[in-house]
Amino acid sequence: MNKIENNKAWFFVIPVFVVVAFSAVIPLMTVVNYSVQDIFGVNSAFWTGTEWYREMLRNPDLQAALLRQFAFSFAILAIEVPLGIGIALLMPKKGWAASAALVLVAMPLLIPLNVVGTIWQILARTDIGLLGWALSESGVDYNINANAVDAWFTIILMDVWHWTPLIALLSYSGLRAIPDAYYQAARIDRASRWAVFRYIQLPKLTNVLVIGVLLRFMDSFMIYAEPFVLTGGGPGSSTTFLSQALTTMAVAQFDLGPAAAFSIIYFLIILAVSWVFYTAIMTLQKDKSAQQ
Amino acid sequence: MKSRIAFIVYLVVMIMPIYWLINMSLQTNSEILGELSFWPKNLTFDNYLNILTDESWYMGYVNSMTYVFMNMAISLTVALPAAYAFSRYKFVGDKHLFFWLLTNKMAPPAVFALPFFQLYSSVGLFDTHIAVALAHTLFNVALAVWILEGFMSGVPKEIDETAYIDGYSFPKFFLKIYIPLIRSGIGVTAFFLFMFSWIELLLARTLTATEAQPIQAIMTRTQGASGIDWGTLAAAGVLTIVPGILVVYFVRNHIAKGFALGRT
Repeated sequence: MNKIENNKAWFFVIPVFVVVAFSAVIPLMTVVNYSVQDIFGVNSAFWTGTEWYREMLRNPDLQAALLRQFAFSFAILAIEVPLGIGIALLMPKKGWAASAALVLVAMPLLIPLNVVGTIWQILARTDIGLLGWALSESGVDYNINANAVDAWFTIILMDVWHWTPLIALLSYSGLRAIPDAYYQAARIDRASRWAVFRYIQLPKLTNVLVIGVLLRFMDSFMIYAEPFVLTGGGPGSSTTFLSQALTTMAVAQFDLGPAAAFSIIYFLIILAVSWVFYTAIMTLQKDKSAQQ
Repeated sequence: MKSRIAFIVYLVVMIMPIYWLINMSLQTNSEILGELSFWPKNLTFDNYLNILTDESWYMGYVNSMTYVFMNMAISLTVALPAAYAFSRYKFVGDKHLFFWLLTNKMAPPAVFALPFFQLYSSVGLFDTHIAVALAHTLFNVALAVWILEGFMSGVPKEIDETAYIDGYSFPKFFLKIYIPLIRSGIGVTAFFLFMFSWIELLLARTLTATEAQPIQAIMTRTQGASGIDWGTLAAAGVLTIVPGILVVYFVRNHIAKGFALGRT
């Protein structure tokens, strides 16, 4: 669509600007303020410049948490995106079955994060939980509090269970937006099932998948409540992700300066990765539309 | 047929954890801890009765619902005109503004919890519903603008122009013609706003103490000195799913109608 150039459009944007400025800019500036000072009391603060930043970047615990965070985010994206698309393709398309399927598939999405953690904490117990019980009955030495591999397996399974429906719902709506004529044309051309998916369905899903992948990346990168409830970050620190490392530092050690510096670094990492995703996908799309 | 079976298998696996929670919520604590039972042998509704008759429990649901709906109202009100501007006009800094809005979705709540606490305490909003509602606009406004912009770009611009030729003023056109046209989009947006605000815990817990405490925070008190009250915890968990299911039920047709979000 050709957009008209009109700077009066800013008037429409002002309400959003004001709300977001209040709820984002002021707190962010507070964090920046802390990150460059050493604060002892109300009136005694010392300018430290970039000292906290350097200290945080060299901190081995945080580096480890960052690596774990990337491993986790890419693992769940690699599982959830293909699985979500697959489920969307399987979902019934018409009638009451379609409505029922939508409501059922969406269910895990609407459970508060700490309840998700609680559900899986119960499930993973070998005495009263279905998953833990089934695994230990079948001879697996399953214990999320002692074995890092088990803890990782359970956290990834939990996230896949909780968030694959988001990709599935978005893909489902993307698929519904494809006109029937496309499929009819494909049938006339005797296109295979794979060709229909590759050349008709997948291209039409790009836009919803951009939203899906970005949302999943951002949210998984900030994951806090679920692992906190499920494993508490353990065993050891094998499932301590960035948010938890940050809150532990800010609350338990009462160190505002380093925690603030770490917050800014954290935010910038998410920003950078999201920007790369966003630009990469947008460029891909532009190339494609240029070819056509 | 094969796809039908695969889908049913997925549904069964997916529902299993929720079934397990419901199963536990209908048992007494001694039965839960005594032996593994696949269905409640001594069916009891005491856990639900405990919650639904105790004001300090059920007010948690009321509080959560209050701030979630406030947040939906605020987010939609400010996001609708903004999304219209983004979908129809080019203006100075539009692309930067759009990405700046998105960056707020990327701000980890853990980063913002403490400054939010100080900000809302200093303006006297601590422990009110509106504080949580405003805090949640941090991530929800960006999302609302993003989703609505996709829907609005799908509405041909000729509709706007025809309305102006017919003598509609902008507010009248926007409320009477445009909003009904994109009501599917508003429904879908409302669903996502509800979802992200309802499940969020960290900010909601930080900004409230007693008056506006969300149910997620109240649930933690099942961990008493004598161990965890599993039955009540499970029942409270099951009840947190109910409002969400109602919301999906209302918007199911909008989702089923399909949206591609943007110009494809």
